[in-house]
Amino acid sequence: MNLVVLLKQTFDTEEKIEIENGAVAEDGAKFIINPYDEYALEEALRLREAHGGTVTVLSCGPERAAEALRTALAMGADEAVLLEEDGLPDDGGAVAAAIATAVVRLRPDLLLAGLFAVDTGAGSVALQAAEALGLPHAAAALKLEIRDASAAAADADGGGSGGLAAVVQRDTEWGLETVEIPLPALVTAQQGLNEPRYPSLPGIMKAKRKPLQRLSAAELGLAEAELAPRTGRIALQAPPARAAGRRLAGTPAEQAAELARLLQSEAKLF
Amino acid sequence: MSDVKHETVLVYAECQDGRLRRVALEALGAARLLAGEGGSVHAVLAGGGAGASAGEAAAELAARGAEVVHVIDDPALAQFAPEAYAAAIRAAAEAASPSAIVLGHTAAGRELAPRVAAALGGGHIADVTAVSLTDGGGAVFTRPLYAGKAFEQRRFLPGVTQVISVRPNNLPPAELAEDGRRGDIRALAFAPPPLWTAVRDVVRRTSGRIDLAEADIIVSGGRGVRSAEGFPPLEALAQTLGGAVGASRGACDAGYCDYALQIGQTGKTVTPKLYIACGISGAIQHLAGMSQSRVIVAINKDPDAPIFGVADYGIVGDLFEIVPLLNDQFKDLLQANG
Ligand SMILES: Cc1cc2nc3c(=O)[nH]c(=O)nc-3n(C[C@H](O)[C@H](O)[C@H](O)COP(=O)(O)OP(=O)(O)OC[C@H]3O[C@@H](n4cnc5c(N)ncnc54)[C@H](O)[C@@H]3O)c2cc1C
Repeated sequence: MNLVVLLKQTFDTEEKIEIENGAVAEDGAKFIINPYDEYALEEALRLREAHGGTVTVLSCGPERAAEALRTALAMGADEAVLLEEDGLPDDGGAVAAAIATAVVRLRPDLLLAGLFAVDTGAGSVALQAAEALGLPHAAAALKLEIRDASAAAADADGGGSGGLAAVVQRDTEWGLETVEIPLPALVTAQQGLNEPRYPSLPGIMKAKRKPLQRLSAAELGLAEAELAPRTGRIALQAPPARAAGRRLAGTPAEQAAELARLLQSEAKLF
Repeated sequence: MSDVKHETVLVYAECQDGRLRRVALEALGAARLLAGEGGSVHAVLAGGGAGASAGEAAAELAARGAEVVHVIDDPALAQFAPEAYAAAIRAAAEAASPSAIVLGHTAAGRELAPRVAAALGGGHIADVTAVSLTDGGGAVFTRPLYAGKAFEQRRFLPGVTQVISVRPNNLPPAELAEDGRRGDIRALAFAPPPLWTAVRDVVRRTSGRIDLAEADIIVSGGRGVRSAEGFPPLEALAQTLGGAVGASRGACDAGYCDYALQIGQTGKTVTPKLYIACGISGAIQHLAGMSQSRVIVAINKDPDAPIFGVADYGIVGDLFEIVPLLNDQFKDLLQANG
């Protein structure tokens, strides 16, 4: 199976975010693989172990993202592609268009990505790319299984096309849902899908010799309209500071009574 | 930007079990703001055989300012196949020619918005927590970054079809239209695309449970709750308050409750009016999911627990003692209020 994982390098979630001159200060910051993308990568590695094939990791980002790709190679990915974001605007639509064009060349059976990236929190790029690629998707996977489409369809209505299908269990607001979609497809990973492995020492040594290809947006031959930004940032700020809270005093019963009173009279909640 | 705008804004009015979700009314409120005085708002209701209840939902949308409600009732929409729902929104977009489409940033909306945006060649601004208009009439969207450690304001570039998904519980819901106007409710013809998604199974949540993302009040338990048996007092308090129960990852990992309750960076993001954290230390990953709540109460026996740093009201004490006392207090208070 040809497995492609979309991977973004993000700030470590433990990092303090400092804003300088309208941008997030990156000096000395620690970068990691977006945690949700790590679940996607781990799942791809397990699928390769079960079904054979190759795992390619693709990241669109600045030069430092090569580090995240090296880590992915050390975890066990076979190949990496760094799609240089130079020349791409800060807009999910343009990034998705570039990623879609790069993915076409890789001809995946299964495209995997994280549910969202913890920096922008949008969860838009992979799904926009799936739309551009004409691929079905299943989002927020907690379990993923690859099966024969016809076999899976046999115990349900309709005839299978004979190809492969992804059976995905996902947590939604209306319940725990199991869906089946035909491959090729995009599946996005939710926390709980698996426990990502750490890169092993031999893995780190091997990663140095694995191919890491650099691709510029210009090389993809995208139309100007596709690269045009649809949205733009006007401003960036730190969150408003919260006023210092108040500790309640007295016996437990007094504290409980005081809290109920404050929530009514001061916070005006009841 | 011209002074007089005649723009149409389309709302995807999400329903659950045949009833409008509150976020649909919040999306409608945002749509009315974006459409402005001269513009109009359309809504699309999509479902498969929702029947009588769709009528109620449509009437409510109309009463709250949707000039046209497009009702799409098709067997392809009986279950959530994202490609079918995205196509339904596109069908309504074809009928309404909107300059903007507003959805809730819900489990369904966050899948549909990017697909609709990409299909229309438009842009997507996700997880919007505030919308404002500039003097020139342009719209500015505020959204959190780094799980709420920063905020950005974004706008759409001119001429771009705008797709906006709004975070539940953050925007004011659309008020009733003053003139008691009744919108035009129309069935919309729909040719579903070939279905990719086959829903094999849905294990429903216990009915009546309030959705965490939309809950006004959340009582949350952490590892300090100590066992699954520790949760019922929190549930009792939540029930008294008409709220929902949430949890930290500590509590989920320890097996005290279901992962569906997890709040935080890798769980749900919530912004209730009142968040009561019981036996939760306040790790940064937990704060990421709840620090934007309007009022935060912390109950923790460790006076140095970081949760007190974000709490408006802190009680240093044993949750097993405090929570039942609070339940009694609120029962009395709510009874007195009638
Ligand atoms: C990548 C990543 C993602 C994560 N995502 C999340 C996430 O989404 N959500 C999340 O919550 N965590 C998340 N975490 C975990 C997070 O770092 C913390 O480990 C977790 O939030 C701790 O849960 P807790 O506060 O319940 O437990 P603890 O930190 O163990 O705190 C328990 C608290 O209970 C108090 N206590 C004990 N007994 C009592 C009592 N009788 N009465 C009152 N107080 C009492 C203690 O004083 C203590 O403060 C993530 C971690 C990582 C690395």
